[in-house]
Amino acid sequence: MIMNVHAPEAPFETVRDVVVENPVISAQKLDFWYGKSQALFANDLDVAPRKVTAIIGPSGCGKSTHLRVYNRIFEQYRGQRAGGRVLLDGQDLLAPGTDVIALRRRIGMIFQKPTPFPMSIFENVAYGVRLHFAFTRKELEQKVEESLRAAALWDEVKDLLHKPGTALSGGQQQRLCIARALAMSPEVLLMDEPTSAIDPVATARIEELVLQLKERLTVVIVTHNMQQAARISDHTAFFHLGRIIEFGATAKMFTNPSHPKTEEYITGRFG
Amino acid sequence: MTELRLSHRPATARKALDVFVRAFSVLSAALGIFFLFWILWVVLKKGHTVLSWSFFTSAPPSPGEGVGGIKYALVGTLKMTGLACLMGVPVGLFTGVWLAEFGRHGALASGVRFCVNLLMGIPSILVGLFAYTIIVLATPRHYSGNAGAFALAIIMLPTVARTAEDMLLLVPDALRESALALGIPRWRTITGILFRAARKGLLTGVLLSVFRVSGETAPLLFTALNNNFYPKNLEQPTANLTVTIYNYAMSPYDNWQRVAWGASLVIMAVLLGVTLILRFLLKERNR
Repeated sequence: MIMNVHAPEAPFETVRDVVVENPVISAQKLDFWYGKSQALFANDLDVAPRKVTAIIGPSGCGKSTHLRVYNRIFEQYRGQRAGGRVLLDGQDLLAPGTDVIALRRRIGMIFQKPTPFPMSIFENVAYGVRLHFAFTRKELEQKVEESLRAAALWDEVKDLLHKPGTALSGGQQQRLCIARALAMSPEVLLMDEPTSAIDPVATARIEELVLQLKERLTVVIVTHNMQQAARISDHTAFFHLGRIIEFGATAKMFTNPSHPKTEEYITGRFG
Repeated sequence: MTELRLSHRPATARKALDVFVRAFSVLSAALGIFFLFWILWVVLKKGHTVLSWSFFTSAPPSPGEGVGGIKYALVGTLKMTGLACLMGVPVGLFTGVWLAEFGRHGALASGVRFCVNLLMGIPSILVGLFAYTIIVLATPRHYSGNAGAFALAIIMLPTVARTAEDMLLLVPDALRESALALGIPRWRTITGILFRAARKGLLTGVLLSVFRVSGETAPLLFTALNNNFYPKNLEQPTANLTVTIYNYAMSPYDNWQRVAWGASLVIMAVLLGVTLILRFLLKERNR
């Protein structure tokens, strides 16, 4: 994730084909540093509600770095620092007074590798729920079932709820992680290359799931797989060397990109 | 261009060296195992003669009269080791937590890590002397089981801390991140998820430290001392297995020497048994 960034020639302007109305998340002049090396340069990005926004770009361009600011997960590492503002419902989530625990309940995250907790399938989902909500046993069981259903996993695990989460296949584990995140009733789901460690069939199921999820929440997905971005996203942001080169409607971007760099990347000439 | 020249060392010499290194490795391993079994055999042979139920339930014998039992020493050792665990394990565990989860690569953490390593290297007799100075000499009732437990706790601390740190560092950061990303507070992430993920290693560390102190004699010699009476509490000099072995083995009385061998066998058998049972349990649970 740590990258070598050469400052591109200033001045720089992102090409925008879309204006997002009432964004859920709005990154404004977002900069990021790993120690002394700057990884993001003045990113402006609006995430539309109940849509899927894809972040694409070559390795080391800052896709994940950008995403990891939204739930402030970067903070647990020494020397990582963000500048600028990221508004969530108009409030700057980078402001010092932000309740990070509450923020992370509202903005869930799925990682590249599935990471089931070392406990039963039921407990994997219930563990976080118990911390955030005052539920009775009955309500908790309902919440777990509901979340597993929403992650399209219930039918496969309903008789195995007390088996360890690690006993599932890779694709199932990833859906378990999605169920675990959904159980927090998040408004936004961040997905950092969620299918790159998973086989094609399981990937297709997760893509299908993302399309269902956007009926009730907002998804931001970082992906290396351009077909995936084209299949499931409404908006796409193309990152290169820590800057957002182009942001627009996915359909347009993949058929008729405005910036020559975007075209080069999409057609596979670099990256 | 440099010319590629093959070395002319004959293949037979190379093969001979290979055979030699392999033979030496096998022999060394065999030698180690041989001594282990020799020790086990000697202890078993000399110790089994006194073993009976009453050996565990009787008071120590008078010189030259019967074998009596090791009840008092056994209870004293258990009590002191238990108290040492209560003091040493939590402090050691959370030292490891701090090193792995908070200090990490910082300068302060390297300093603490260095100190913990030093503490691990301090001879146990010095730890005993330390406990003697700050507890035995400073308390009106002098020698006590508490002082012994304190010395043992200090010996346990670095072992627990270092294994806890190593085991927590083996847990991938992805697991920490996914717990934190759910809005689980850091302390709950550590105690509820990381401890569980590393439980096998953490338990091993605790056991290693218990094993280490259960055979310690030097730190007890001038702290817990020994006693011929039942250890009702740890405020007084306290009977224990290792100092009993030390005193009895050096005595001129045949019955005392036999009790020393019996006590050795008991220590060995318990440690061996616990190791085996734990390995079995951990294997079962990991499936």
